[in-house]
Amino acid sequence: MSRPEEGRSQEASIVVRVWSLIAIPLLAVFMALVVGAVVIVLSSTLVLKNPFDPMLPITAYAALAQGGLGSYDAFISTLVLTTPLLLAGLGVGIGFKAGLFNIGAQGQFLMGAVGSVAVAVTFAHAPAVIAITASLLGGMIAGALWGFVPGLLKATSGAHEVVTTIMMNYIALALLAWIVIGPLRQAGSVSPSTPDVGAAALPILLDRSGHIGIFIAFAAVPIAWFLLYRTTRGFEIRAVGANPDAARYAGVKPRRLIVLTMSIAGSLAGLAGACTILGVTHQMNTTFSTTVGFDSITVALLGRSNPIGIMLAALLFGAMRAGAGPMQINAGVPVELVDFIQALILLFLIANVVLRRLLRLRGVSGAEQTGFDTITRSYGRETTV
Amino acid sequence: MTADTEPSPVPKLEMRGITKRYPGVTANDHIDLNLQRGEIHALLGENGAGKTTLMNILYGLAVPDEGQILIDGAPIRIAGPADAIARGIEMVHQHFMLIPVLSVAENVILGSETMANPVFLDRREASRRIRELAGRFGFELDPDAKIESLSVGQQQRVEILKMLYRDAQILVLDEPTAVLTPSETEEIFELLRNLAKDGRSIIFISHKLKEVLEIADRVTVIRRGTVIGERRPAETNEKELAELMVGRAVQLTAERGQSHLTEVQLKLKDLHVRDDRGGEAVRGVDLEIRGGEILGIAGVAGNGQDELVEALVGLRKVAAGRIWLGGKDVTGASPRTINEANVGYVPADRHRFGLILAFPLTDNLVLTSYYKPPFAHGLVRDERAILDAARKRISEFDIRTPSPAVPAQTLSGGNQQKLVVAREFDGDTTLLVLDQPTRGLDVGSIEFIHRRIIEKRNAGTAVLLVSAELDEVMELSDRIAVMFRGKLVAFLDGRTADKNQVGLLMATGGAGSGTSDAAGAAS
Repeated sequence: MSRPEEGRSQEASIVVRVWSLIAIPLLAVFMALVVGAVVIVLSSTLVLKNPFDPMLPITAYAALAQGGLGSYDAFISTLVLTTPLLLAGLGVGIGFKAGLFNIGAQGQFLMGAVGSVAVAVTFAHAPAVIAITASLLGGMIAGALWGFVPGLLKATSGAHEVVTTIMMNYIALALLAWIVIGPLRQAGSVSPSTPDVGAAALPILLDRSGHIGIFIAFAAVPIAWFLLYRTTRGFEIRAVGANPDAARYAGVKPRRLIVLTMSIAGSLAGLAGACTILGVTHQMNTTFSTTVGFDSITVALLGRSNPIGIMLAALLFGAMRAGAGPMQINAGVPVELVDFIQALILLFLIANVVLRRLLRLRGVSGAEQTGFDTITRSYGRETTV
Repeated sequence: MTADTEPSPVPKLEMRGITKRYPGVTANDHIDLNLQRGEIHALLGENGAGKTTLMNILYGLAVPDEGQILIDGAPIRIAGPADAIARGIEMVHQHFMLIPVLSVAENVILGSETMANPVFLDRREASRRIRELAGRFGFELDPDAKIESLSVGQQQRVEILKMLYRDAQILVLDEPTAVLTPSETEEIFELLRNLAKDGRSIIFISHKLKEVLEIADRVTVIRRGTVIGERRPAETNEKELAELMVGRAVQLTAERGQSHLTEVQLKLKDLHVRDDRGGEAVRGVDLEIRGGEILGIAGVAGNGQDELVEALVGLRKVAAGRIWLGGKDVTGASPRTINEANVGYVPADRHRFGLILAFPLTDNLVLTSYYKPPFAHGLVRDERAILDAARKRISEFDIRTPSPAVPAQTLSGGNQQKLVVAREFDGDTTLLVLDQPTRGLDVGSIEFIHRRIIEKRNAGTAVLLVSAELDEVMELSDRIAVMFRGKLVAFLDGRTADKNQVGLLMATGGAGSGTSDAAGAAS
C-alpha cells in the first residue's frame, strides 16, 4: 500500500506518530478497566450475593487510586512496588528491542535475589557502603549470568531463548530452594530462611519504606534510554532487532550482540531481585517468590519497549499493587481484581489487531521493535543468528 | 489487441474527477480515467505520481475526497476490498500476497473457499477448476505445487489465477513485470492478451516504457496527481512518454564518455560459493576488474549472480577460491572489513540488506559508518554530525523527503534506492558492487543512478554491475560477462556486443565456447 507521506507536513506526522505509539497502550488499559468494572458488578451480585450496585466499580477504582496515589504514604509504597517492575521491565524491553523474547526475567530476578543475599551474608559485618555495593553487584552478576547462558546457547546453537529461559527459570527456582535450605540456612531458624542481610540493607530515605533502590530504578531509565538511542551499541541492538540482515551488512556481529543484550537484560532483572531482598524483605525463605519477572513482560509490552513508556507502565502496575489492599478494605472488592486487570491489559495488548480496528489505526509506520513484533516473530518465523 | 478502438458508449469502468488530498499533498487531482471492455489500459507515471493512490481508491483501500466511480455506467461506492472484489475488481500487488508454505490451490481459493460441506474444503473441485482456468488461458500450473517451489514468474501466474478464480472483470496489475525475466514477461503478456480477448478489462501500472508500448491499447500518463496526457501506442514513442512522465527532456541512454583504466581493483580466482540450500551456486569464477571500468554481468536471474555478489561483500561464505581487493587477499573477510576497504554495495533486495526500514533516514545513511568519527566518539553517537551528514547527502542525491527524521519506509521506492546509493557511493570508493541497482525504479531515478555510476567509473572506481535488465548491462558496461549456471561463460566488449548474441548466451550458456572465460579474465 502506498503511503503518501511525501510532502506531508512534518507537524502532522509527529502528532500522528505519537498518537499511533500511545493509542494502543492507553486503549488496552481503558478496555481492561471497563471489562474489570463489569466483572466487579457481576461477581459482587452473583457470587457474593450483595445487592446490585452499579456504582461499585467507581467506588472500587476510586479506592484503588486512593490506595496507590492518595497520600504520601500510599505514593511511597507505590514507588517501592514500582522499583522491581521498572528494573526488570527495562531488561525485558531492551531484549525486545534486539528482537529477543526474554521470558527469563523471573529466573534472573530470583537469581539476583540469591546472589545479593549470598554476598550480603558474607559481608554482614562490613561497612554499609561496601556491603551494599557488593551485594547489589552480586545480584546483578547472578542475574546477568542467567541471561548470558540463554544468550550463549542461542548464539552458538540457535536454541530459542523462549525455551531456554523458561528452563533457566526452573533451575533458578530449584537453586533458590537449595540455597535457603542448605548453605545459607540460618542456624536455629524454625522454618528455613537465610540470615538477615545486616549491613547490606538498603537505607530508607523516604517515609517508612522508601529505600534507596527506588532512586536506582528511576536512574536506570535515562541510562537505558541513553544506551539505546545515544550509543553505538544501542544502535546495534536496535538494528539487529529491526533488520538482522542489514545489521550484519552494517558490520554488527549478531551472535556477540545477542549474548551482550541477554546479559544486560539479566543484570537489570537481577538488580530488581537484589533491591527487593536488600530493600524490602531483608532475608529470603523458600517461599520467596513473586510474579515480578512475569509482570515485567507485561510492563515492557505496555511501555512499548521504550524506557520512558516502561517507567509509566511500571508506575501504573506499582500503583495498582499498592492500591489493591486498600481497595479490598474500603470497597470490598478482592485484591485479585488487580491480577485480573493486569491479565486483561496483556490480553488487549496482544490482541491489538482488535483495538486497531476499533481505533481505525493502520499499522504503526516507522515503529521500531516494540515487543509485539518480537513475540509474533518468536514463533513460526526463522530467526537469523 | 482486441479492444475496439472506438470508445463504446458505456465504458466498463469510469473514474471521474477523482481527487484525494493528504495533509500537504494532493495525491490525485481531478483524475479522469475510463476503461473499455477488453482493453489493456496502461497507467504510466513515476513513483509518487499518484498511480497507486488511484488504484487504492478503486480497490476501496482509500476514500476519495471528490469524484465518482462508475461501473457499466452506474455510479457506485466502494467501501472496501471485499466490496471491490464483489464487484469484480481485483488487484495484484507489486509484492505478491501468497503464502509460501501452502499449495497453489490453497492460495487460489483462500478467501473464496470451495467447500465440500460446511466443514471441509473441496480440494478436488478446486484443483479441477484451477486446471480448467489455466488451460483456458493457455498455461500450465500444478495445483498441488507449493508456492515456495515455484519461480517468480509462476507465482505471478498464481496471483492472476486467484483473480480469475473469483471471476474478476477488472484486473489491476501493479508493476507486474518488475520481478520477471524477459521471457517470463513475454509469457505474462501473452496471458494478459488472452484475458483481454476474453473480454476482461485490465489496468496495467508500469513505468517501463517499452512494455507499455508493447502491451497497452491506451496509455494514460499521470504526473504529480494529474492526468498529463492520453496516447495510443501507435501514435507515440518512448521519448515522448518519458517526457510526459517526468516533465522534462530525458536522456534515455546514458552518455558513457571516455575513462582510462587503472590497476586491477578486484580479482577473483576460481571462486566457488554455495546457495542457502548448500548447492553450488557459483562454480569457479575468474574475474578481474580495473579501476575506471564497468563490468556488467548479464544473466537470467538465479544463475549464481546474487551468491557471487554476496560473497564479494562478505555476506556469504566462500566455499573455495580467492578474492583480492586492490592486491589484498580478502577471502572470508567480514562485511565491515570489506566496507572499510572502500567497497560500496547496492543489494538486489534493498529491504533486506540495504535499509532498516523502521529507522530514520539519518541512521540509514550512516548504517556502515555509525561506529567511527565523526559519527561516534567512543561509544557515544554524535547526533549533530549524523544529522549534518544526512542533510548534505539528501540534498546532494535529491532524496525527496519531508525530513531526515522520517523512517525510510515512508519514502517511495526510487527515493529509498537513492538513499542506499547516497550511502554506498560516498567517498573514495575503489569498487562498487551493484546488484540490480535500478530494479523497480522509474525513468527519472534510473537516469539519475546511471549518471552517478558513470561518474564514479570516470573517477577511477571499478564497477561490477549485475542486472537482469539486459538493456541496462548493454548500455553501461565497458565489458560484458555472461553468467550461466554459476560460471562466466563469455566475455564481450561492451561497445561492440550484440544484444541477440548476449541474449542467446544467457539462455544457452553458448555451449562449446568455454575457452572464452580465460581469455576474458586476462583482458
